[in-house]
Amino acid sequence: MEFDLWAQLPSVLPEVGLTALAIVVLFADIYGSPSARRNVVFISAVGMALLALIPLIWLPDPSLFENGTLLWGGMVNYDPLSQIFKVMLLLAGAVTCLMATGDKGVGDKGEFYLIVIIATLGGVMMSSASDLILVFVALETLSIPLYMLASFRRGDKRSAESGMKYFLYGAFASAIMLFGFSLLYGFTGTTSLSGIADAMSAGLGDNVVAVMTALVMVVVGFGFKISAVPFHFWTPDVYEGAPTPVTAFVSVSSKAASFALLLRFLTATFPAELVIGGVVIQDFWVNLLIVISIVSMTLGNVVALRQSNIKRLLAYSSIAQAGYTLIGVVALQGANDSLAVASVSFYMFMYIFTNLLVFGGVILFIAATDTEEISDLAGLNRRSPWLALFITIGLLSLGGIPPAAGFFGKFFLFQAAVNANLVGLALIAVTNAIIALYYYLVVIKVMYVDSGPDDDVSIAIPRAYAWSLGITALVVILLGTIAVTPVYDWAAMGARGL
Amino acid sequence: MEATGFSVLTAIIFIPIIAGVVILFLDRKNRDLVRGVGVTAAAAVLALSLAVYFGYDNFVKSDGGLIENQRALLESGAELSGAQMFADALAFEQRIVWVESLGIAYHVGVDGVSAPMVLLTGMVAVAGVLISWKIQDRLREFMAFFMFLVAGVYGVFIAVDLFMLFFFYELAIFPMYLLIAGWGWVKLREYAAMKLTLYILVGSVFALVAAVAMYFAAGAYFAGSGADVFSAAVESGLLPADSGPYSWSIVQLTLAAENGAFAIEILGIDGLNFERFWFPFMFMGFGVLAGVFPFHNWSPDGHVAAPTAVSMIHAGVLMKVGAFAALRSGVQLLPDGADTHLPWIVFLTLINVVYGALIAFRQRDFKYVIGFSSVSHMGLVSMGWATMNLTGMTGAGIQMFSHGAMTALFFGVVGMVYDRSHTRDIPSLGGFIKVMPWVGVAFVIGGLTSMGMPGLSGFIAEFPIFQGMWAASEQITLQLGAFQLSNYYSALVIIAALGIVITAAYVLRVAGQVFFGEFDAERFHDVGNIEMTDRIVLIILGSPLIILGLYPPIMAPMIESGIRPLIALLGGG
Repeated sequence: MEFDLWAQLPSVLPEVGLTALAIVVLFADIYGSPSARRNVVFISAVGMALLALIPLIWLPDPSLFENGTLLWGGMVNYDPLSQIFKVMLLLAGAVTCLMATGDKGVGDKGEFYLIVIIATLGGVMMSSASDLILVFVALETLSIPLYMLASFRRGDKRSAESGMKYFLYGAFASAIMLFGFSLLYGFTGTTSLSGIADAMSAGLGDNVVAVMTALVMVVVGFGFKISAVPFHFWTPDVYEGAPTPVTAFVSVSSKAASFALLLRFLTATFPAELVIGGVVIQDFWVNLLIVISIVSMTLGNVVALRQSNIKRLLAYSSIAQAGYTLIGVVALQGANDSLAVASVSFYMFMYIFTNLLVFGGVILFIAATDTEEISDLAGLNRRSPWLALFITIGLLSLGGIPPAAGFFGKFFLFQAAVNANLVGLALIAVTNAIIALYYYLVVIKVMYVDSGPDDDVSIAIPRAYAWSLGITALVVILLGTIAVTPVYDWAAMGARGL
Repeated sequence: MEATGFSVLTAIIFIPIIAGVVILFLDRKNRDLVRGVGVTAAAAVLALSLAVYFGYDNFVKSDGGLIENQRALLESGAELSGAQMFADALAFEQRIVWVESLGIAYHVGVDGVSAPMVLLTGMVAVAGVLISWKIQDRLREFMAFFMFLVAGVYGVFIAVDLFMLFFFYELAIFPMYLLIAGWGWVKLREYAAMKLTLYILVGSVFALVAAVAMYFAAGAYFAGSGADVFSAAVESGLLPADSGPYSWSIVQLTLAAENGAFAIEILGIDGLNFERFWFPFMFMGFGVLAGVFPFHNWSPDGHVAAPTAVSMIHAGVLMKVGAFAALRSGVQLLPDGADTHLPWIVFLTLINVVYGALIAFRQRDFKYVIGFSSVSHMGLVSMGWATMNLTGMTGAGIQMFSHGAMTALFFGVVGMVYDRSHTRDIPSLGGFIKVMPWVGVAFVIGGLTSMGMPGLSGFIAEFPIFQGMWAASEQITLQLGAFQLSNYYSALVIIAALGIVITAAYVLRVAGQVFFGEFDAERFHDVGNIEMTDRIVLIILGSPLIILGLYPPIMAPMIESGIRPLIALLGGG
């Protein structure tokens, strides 16, 4: 096959752009004038937002390439699914940069933005990686910056502790996952995700127990990244201890990139056709993930009921959200698996904006009041009606109430589940959605109904926040109303490319 | 009716939404402007609702109108298609494809059952804004949320797309939560608001799962064995040309139900098919909001805790949303399930009627009396659905309107008394007709309506329900394993009639103790007569009770035309 650089370049253009952006930011921070340093945040945010346009402009066209959508020697999969997740991750990075500006000790340091860009680079690579080598490199490019970010506020004990915890758990999970990768490579002699499946169906590695062991190890790694139960133990502590903008970033980027990769991994490496020793491998991972999904959403929601710290509440809520999203992954067993993939893509798309919206509001609140207790949110409606409204829209979206985007997100997931004959799972999920709504509504009630001691002290919204919160809130509403069709169709297109 | 361009119904939904958003941006200190925008929007919506109601009335009754068509169809002896009849009965339609790949469309329209509900919502919306005139605390937010609530309620009534129905249903719940939690009765509001919200949501999400299952079953049918039915329907214009086999359109789902798409075996259990399995989820899921026993528990607390305007819209309109949605998505889309399950659900509705009335009788709190009386009267609506014949179901349709106006009037009366006397304890009130004659008269009119006094709308509603029960008695049997129960509806009617007697007892007791008897001039020295806004509320809600009672043809034929497609679906003549 002739290598055509210009034809293949668009597939990695966001990665190239991010690397260039990282270098620009690094130099602007080190050698720039004070005003240039102040502008680092805008360079990073606008840069990433512009890079997010690339996947929209160069739509992948598989017919261009002889070898399907696999490019760069089979390392990179240039399909619509990867493009959707790239857009998500780039926008998440951009919004995070804007939201970090006001945070003392975090947003005023140029290297923060540099690290966010590198982490985003890792996530972007992950969403199109289709080879074990690149998968692992991308995963670590995402993870290591996140460990650094979690302990970014070095002077603060909680931040340092959270970084350390995250690192220890993360390194352990990565090691297990890597062991799983090595087993897969050992059985089949290839590192290509689809190549492994081909080799296994051809009879290589026909030891079903060993293959399942490898599969479980890989799932452990993913479970850690998406904070699914029982690999969730780091989540509340890290969410609580890390600087809030970092928490926001961790909660969306690492989760979205991991779901992209999980979808690809399960469909490419362990497809429905794969039968080893009479055992349908898909049945195995479907059942495994059903259990993880049910336990995650139930435990996340039930424990969240008891939280009094808003960041811990959101941590448990994000565990539950991982459980919901896994429903979409499990629904891959259905006859029409494009519904499943599209539902996961749409859910992650809306989840990124929703969670950033909630966290953005919380960052601002914590910066203004220096407290993280839910009861201190009392009377927020009087102190800053806009801030209360933004947080409310975000929470409603998390709870799945229209017109916020979460309604459609949940609806698509349940639909995919019913389509895959998982009615029981759908019923458990809707019951969970009700439990979740209880604690979201309590927070909203505290903001709107309760009165606090500082009711007259208003909270001002700085301009960077006004923009980032306003835009994310608008996106959340649009995704729940008129923008559903284009985004869902786009997600469905990504599903067909798999 | 052909789907046309812009529909007045779209304006009815979007006026409150736009007004709500505008109100949120107004200056919070400028109360007059907030009230002005609120009342203008509500009045505009009421005017449009009247136009829709009488426009539809004309559509039904005119020469060559719907009724004549339906008669001709019945007399012709042709095989009846419920889906076709339902589609023919729709007017003021508008359809915009929303998510094409999933067959979700913004599709609105009214039929004979929903047109009176649209009018009712408009009336209660105006009354709610007027009765909230004096609210001091965060009037701006109150008014905005109230507008969103009104829009959500309207949406459910006019949705012809099942997905839209759920969308608006959920949309209505959140503003309701905040209104009760934020402006309700301090002692109870947080508990009651959360209880009500969770009850209603639990019901609706289970119904949503049922709906998704129906969507796939109907889609699989139209894409597979029913492909010829589908193409014939598209050709005849029953379904729009751009529809696919998978669709949320209620017309299309009705067509699927009629052609046996939901009669598939599931779980391998003998006698349990898809329809029979999902009907309880669908009917009881929405029945929660209609207050069907044993899921009525949220309703008295919720109504008592809510501020007056919200009690009015809640008991007056939202409970009808539940009954309406249970009819539209339960009975209409799963008729075989209705045949199987309604014969036992009727016992629950009987408990509603009698038990609700008994508890209302025992209350000391004025507002709780009305709260439990709603449970009792809504039982009659569900009982009417359970008759599954034209007379009974038409009566239930009229009861929805009659009870809506009546109970909103009651809650208005309670609010007016409480605002001035600051107590709702019935024994400590008395003689209020001397200081507030308007309110007293309104209560008596409402009370007579709820007893089913001829000449008022309650009679027009309750009599056909009981008549329908008698008529149904011979047709309906309940099979419980080997045990068969038949001809029991007539027995139920007799017991249900007891509920009416108890109703008379508590209405007379309340009227006697609150409005007549000794007036404690010392304690209630600052109680004065009501303002003009309150009088308008009483007129808006009270006059339909009398008009409908004296001249039933203003509504009965319309509702009958809306029920006929259902009868065709249920297999009756």
